[in-house]
Amino acid sequence: MTQAPSDATTIRLEIARYRPEQDERPVLERYDVPYRHEWVVLDALNYLKDHIDGTLSYRWSCRMGICGSCGMMVNGVPKLTCSAFLRDYLPGPIRVEPMANFPVERDLVTVLDDFMEKFQAVKPWIIRDGEQPLEEGEYRQTPAQLADFKQFSMCINCMLCYAACPVYQHEDEFLGPAVLALAQRYNHDSRDQGKGERQELIWSDEGIWDCTFVGECSAVCPKHVDPAGAIQQAKVESTVGWYRSFLAPFGRG
Amino acid sequence: MAEITQHDIVIIGGGGAGLRAAIAVAETYPDLDVGMVSKVYPMRSHTVSAEGGAAGVIKPGDSLEDHIRDTISGSDWLADQDAVEAFVREAPRELTQLEHWGCPWSREPDGSVAVRPFGGMGIQRTWFAADKTGFHMLHTLFQTSLKYARITRYDEWFASRLLVEDGRCQGVVALELRTGEVRGILGKAVILCTGGFGRIFPFTTNAAIKTGDGLGLAYRAGVPLKDMEFVQYHPTGLPGTGILITEAARGEGGILVNKHGDRYLRHYDLGEPLDLGDPRHPLFRTMELGPRDRLSQAFVHEQELGNVFEAPDGAYVHLDIRHLGEKTIDQKIPFVRELAKNYVGIDPVHQPIPVRPVVHYMMGGIDTDLEAATSLPGLFAAGECACVSINGANRLGSNSLPELLVFGARAGRGAAEWAREHPESSRAALEQQADVEEARIRDFRGGDGGTERIASIRADLQAAMESGCGIYRTEATLRAAAESIAELRERFRSMRLDDHSLAFNTELTGALELDLMIEIAEALVHSALQREESRGSHQRLDFPTRDDERFLKHSLAYRTEGVPRIEHRDVVITRWPPAERVYGRAHEAGAAERGT
Repeated sequence: MTQAPSDATTIRLEIARYRPEQDERPVLERYDVPYRHEWVVLDALNYLKDHIDGTLSYRWSCRMGICGSCGMMVNGVPKLTCSAFLRDYLPGPIRVEPMANFPVERDLVTVLDDFMEKFQAVKPWIIRDGEQPLEEGEYRQTPAQLADFKQFSMCINCMLCYAACPVYQHEDEFLGPAVLALAQRYNHDSRDQGKGERQELIWSDEGIWDCTFVGECSAVCPKHVDPAGAIQQAKVESTVGWYRSFLAPFGRG
Repeated sequence: MAEITQHDIVIIGGGGAGLRAAIAVAETYPDLDVGMVSKVYPMRSHTVSAEGGAAGVIKPGDSLEDHIRDTISGSDWLADQDAVEAFVREAPRELTQLEHWGCPWSREPDGSVAVRPFGGMGIQRTWFAADKTGFHMLHTLFQTSLKYARITRYDEWFASRLLVEDGRCQGVVALELRTGEVRGILGKAVILCTGGFGRIFPFTTNAAIKTGDGLGLAYRAGVPLKDMEFVQYHPTGLPGTGILITEAARGEGGILVNKHGDRYLRHYDLGEPLDLGDPRHPLFRTMELGPRDRLSQAFVHEQELGNVFEAPDGAYVHLDIRHLGEKTIDQKIPFVRELAKNYVGIDPVHQPIPVRPVVHYMMGGIDTDLEAATSLPGLFAAGECACVSINGANRLGSNSLPELLVFGARAGRGAAEWAREHPESSRAALEQQADVEEARIRDFRGGDGGTERIASIRADLQAAMESGCGIYRTEATLRAAAESIAELRERFRSMRLDDHSLAFNTELTGALELDLMIEIAEALVHSALQREESRGSHQRLDFPTRDDERFLKHSLAYRTEGVPRIEHRDVVITRWPPAERVYGRAHEAGAAERGT
């Protein structure tokens, strides 16, 4: 898995720069930074910012693939830059651009507003008719019930799936992979009773039926959430629900 | 002129403590509105990186008394015992509340919440969500917070100053990253939940955002910083990056061995190793399940003896979990495998993981009482940025996550009560302060007369902290660090920014952070200088023993125009008189700590 250290001493980065106060559109700028075998693309960006050009803007924080901040396009593919090793792009150059399908705020920083609105719209919280008092302890949930939604709860909101999604590219209204997987996460949680409240939006034109099941979202997901699988699952459930509403209109439940 | 916005309560920080506080306000007094100011989107907050778990007494055979005892001895008797008691009593309820909000806790076959062993704990009491506990807690809290319409978020706003008028904290000034706008965000009460400050050290598990901003804001507003000298080194970080390998790896049975294959912890008064096939392994409070301070100190001794592996990224030992088997590893600690594979190219199913001590957690912080209130009326603090104190000289693993829930909720309720009783005052004076701060930020951004890059000042600060305030300290190393920091403060005056833009100027926020980091570092060094004893994570080679006569006390660092003024305050001792900290001597342990 690990390759032998390369004898490269520097590597070239081609970085999309966009400074709204001076640039009309993004431009690629070239920088040579030291090459180190153990460095990720984010390390190279940090070196660049600290030592060469303090004006480069990008988001990052945990540098261990869990906070979801540092998604960018690396050679045209959506990646967490904290997990994209320079050694996998030798001899370079490496092109680093802001995540596709989002407006650019500055340099490698994208605008998240649309994602955050949709995120909230699917009501990603436990909805119940009644609460069990805390004194009575936890809701019981077997490992099998947990396994029914656990995978969909692993999303770090990095939005790489949106950058990869050909539907979202053309249809702004599409709720998108991560948000639909999030809805499934709650709909499949044995403690939740809110499926009905989420249904209308999920089954709407902006919801699951917009997805053409290309599967790029699952291919780029760094946490193996498999949003495409979540959407497919929701489609099947929605179809079953639709038939059931005809066959047994009074027997819901 | 800076624009002004008004809320009932302003919370700075959108991590675990801040979100818990916001929900507490929303649930206690739904008519109050909350402004939540965070320099990152809340789900990016560093709570996300916590791995192993959250301690809370729920299982038969466990008791509140035992959790209290473990926490107090873990703290080397520097924790306030009334605070520990309140914390331990409320932790199970808070964790259950998280469960009701949807946190995907790992489960037993019968559907009850599962618990695991953790260092320094005498029984299995650590709730966990595989080994992404903090991630799941944070996302659960954030998603739950979205259902409250009265919580208004200021995502990617950097709070740079507290507004204080009439002796009360009444808001903050914050910079919007997207636009560069500076705004006064007023609140009748303010809660600081900005996390720790591991980034004042070069080698840390902490995320980039952990720069201690909230401590700096409180300190500048005259609030003392408490027990700053206590810096927790986690014994198992990956060399090079400092990425954390959770203590749960040892809780599940992982062992530490040196380059000779020796389970070296047995030489450091942490008990005798059990055979890996022994069903009692891992034994509570013994060997690998000793407390973090003692394990990290043992590493330094092994290094001096030449028993560790040497490498360009720093010396290391091996954390070996191979005997757990692939199935257990994938089920209980999958993130450990993922991280080791990604960042050191090791599959721990087949090879031991290289690890070394790494700065992980700050026991010290903003001085608060049990209700999360600071000495500045209207200002509250909770989570790692605060020091109540329940952690004393050494925090036990899996106590920080329940701490941010318990005291986050207390801060939210306390701030809500305060806000209801105290109307806004002196709007004009607050506006004027906001204008002054706006001008200061403009000067920071525009300044190009200087020569110093902030990255180089920051790197030198981190180097000074590592060499002066590491696992072992002396007066000489601390004085050297103090001198370096004084020089860095001067150099910071002539800092220069490349970036003068208003839009998402992270060099500017980096400078605002660094300004506060220097203050915090100085408080830490001077607190450490004054503590002439060794206790928990604060080890002085020139004062190698614990000195309860002189130092069963908290340190309080006050900002002055010169070096910080250090005062001391007695630790609250209620029912657990100071005793020897005993690990690995199972039978004596009970006797010694129970005072019998």
